[in-house]
Amino acid sequence: MAGSWDDGAEPMLRELAPQVLGAVIRRFRDFAAAEDAVQEALIAAVVQWPRDGVPENPRAWLIQVAARRMTDHQRSESARRRRETDAAMHYGYLAPAPDFEPDSMQDDTLILLFMCCHPALTPSSAIALTLRAVGGLTTAEIARAFLVPEATMAQRISRAKQSIRSSGVPFRLPTQQERAERLRSALHVLYLIFNEGYTSSDGLELQRCELSLEAIRLTRAVHSLLPENAEVLGLLALMLLTDARRAARTGPNGELIPLAEQDRSLWDQGRIVEGVRLISTALPKGAVGPYQLQAAVAAVHDEAVRVEDTDWPQILALYEVLRRMSDNPMVELNYAVAVAMVHGTARGLALVGALDQGGRLAGHHRLHAVRAHLLETAGEGPGAIEEYLLAAGRTTSQPERNYLLTRAARLRDAVAARDPGPAMRRLPRLDHSD
Amino acid sequence: MKYILMMMMSKDNMKADPITSWPHEDIQAHIGFMMNLNRELRASGNLVSAEGLAGPEQAVIVRAGQDGAPVTDGVFPESKEFLAGYWIVDVETTGQAYAIAARASAAPGPGGIPLNMPIEVRQVMSGPPEEFV
Repeated sequence: MAGSWDDGAEPMLRELAPQVLGAVIRRFRDFAAAEDAVQEALIAAVVQWPRDGVPENPRAWLIQVAARRMTDHQRSESARRRRETDAAMHYGYLAPAPDFEPDSMQDDTLILLFMCCHPALTPSSAIALTLRAVGGLTTAEIARAFLVPEATMAQRISRAKQSIRSSGVPFRLPTQQERAERLRSALHVLYLIFNEGYTSSDGLELQRCELSLEAIRLTRAVHSLLPENAEVLGLLALMLLTDARRAARTGPNGELIPLAEQDRSLWDQGRIVEGVRLISTALPKGAVGPYQLQAAVAAVHDEAVRVEDTDWPQILALYEVLRRMSDNPMVELNYAVAVAMVHGTARGLALVGALDQGGRLAGHHRLHAVRAHLLETAGEGPGAIEEYLLAAGRTTSQPERNYLLTRAARLRDAVAARDPGPAMRRLPRLDHSD
Repeated sequence: MKYILMMMMSKDNMKADPITSWPHEDIQAHIGFMMNLNRELRASGNLVSAEGLAGPEQAVIVRAGQDGAPVTDGVFPESKEFLAGYWIVDVETTGQAYAIAARASAAPGPGGIPLNMPIEVRQVMSGPPEEFV
């Protein structure tokens, strides 16, 4: 009857958590209380299953225990509710409610994701709530990943639940019209979770790369719910193709290693193959979105066996499409880099100069960093050093500052030795192309 | 007991030139030293938190205006002295806090020579004694 508790049981609990939570919210319509009830049910499972064996239908078991906790909770809240909850309890004990069907389980996970990534929430609240409710991470785990005290993260999660309650977001699948918008928010939140783990790895905090892995796991789950959606495919591909370079991105002291200097034998070929397959499936599906284009750029980089084999004209073409689609100054900056690689640094530098005049990116550290790289490529050492130092003074990322300082120093050493050295073929650091 | 160890930078108290002018091996050695120190403090359970701060070229002074809204002054690109970063450590004795500060102070500068930079050490005030709670 009962299965045994083994290593597979805990990942299974994590998989089940959002489905159980979705089912309980669907039934009781109270996000915060449902979350507590599901946590209690999960704790009960961790205590009881190793002792008594894993129940035949773990999902139903968890839903039943959580529902019982909910009714207990609601019963203690007010006498008025008692009659209703008795009825609910009756259901809970005797038979699963009709909406506990496996089909709606899938919808429940998706609704839960849409709820957690509601546009009414700030990105940081949405991230925390998604990791907690959909990812099944504990508050302590999320706090560790973001390097904040557990109490801070607990507050953030509780504020997020509060905003959901007061905004009256209903627990139902959004209408067809709303759905595209909600999916866009959800994918953005998953993208932010991935970036949090990817861009801030300082070589000490291994938890943070687990955040990237969690984003990949959640995006895979969304992909299994919406297998035909091209942007979901694109985002998953982008994450895999970017994460493939993780081992090569940082040196022994956590220093950043730019794309052009990475040891490509350290790249994860399995991830590259899977990412390329996904993006190749996505692109012919019609509407091409920004994640697919970024994934395509990442694929071009990953497929170059040596840095000098990089197909820059193709990257330039992809950025041309991307900049028509989005109003993102970082895309413009990356476009300028691609122009420099294809048409020469002078053309690239002119575009960067225009961006510096143009407003939103003026004085941004990334802009100075790109200009520094282009000037270095053009052999203009003193100008490049100056721009590296400007960028170093403005970035708020420690590893990035270390990288920029080192870069300036190395160039100054080379200039002093009157030997331009092997520094001339370096590519600028891009969002995900480093 | 908790102590804050503040790494104060100024033109006057630094024996060496600013880090932006060091050879690159020396910058790397300095960064490696700091990361290693933090790793050790974390492993020994003494580290509460450690942060480096963004450059003083971005710092502003904020005061409340008449209506309580923030009024900013600055940026002050020529600040003479600034806080570059800090550690908060949890130790048994004041001496241990001093010892950690001395190690941090001796971070290598140009040519691997210890910088011996000044680290201000101050005790972090604790909560009220139990009888007051």
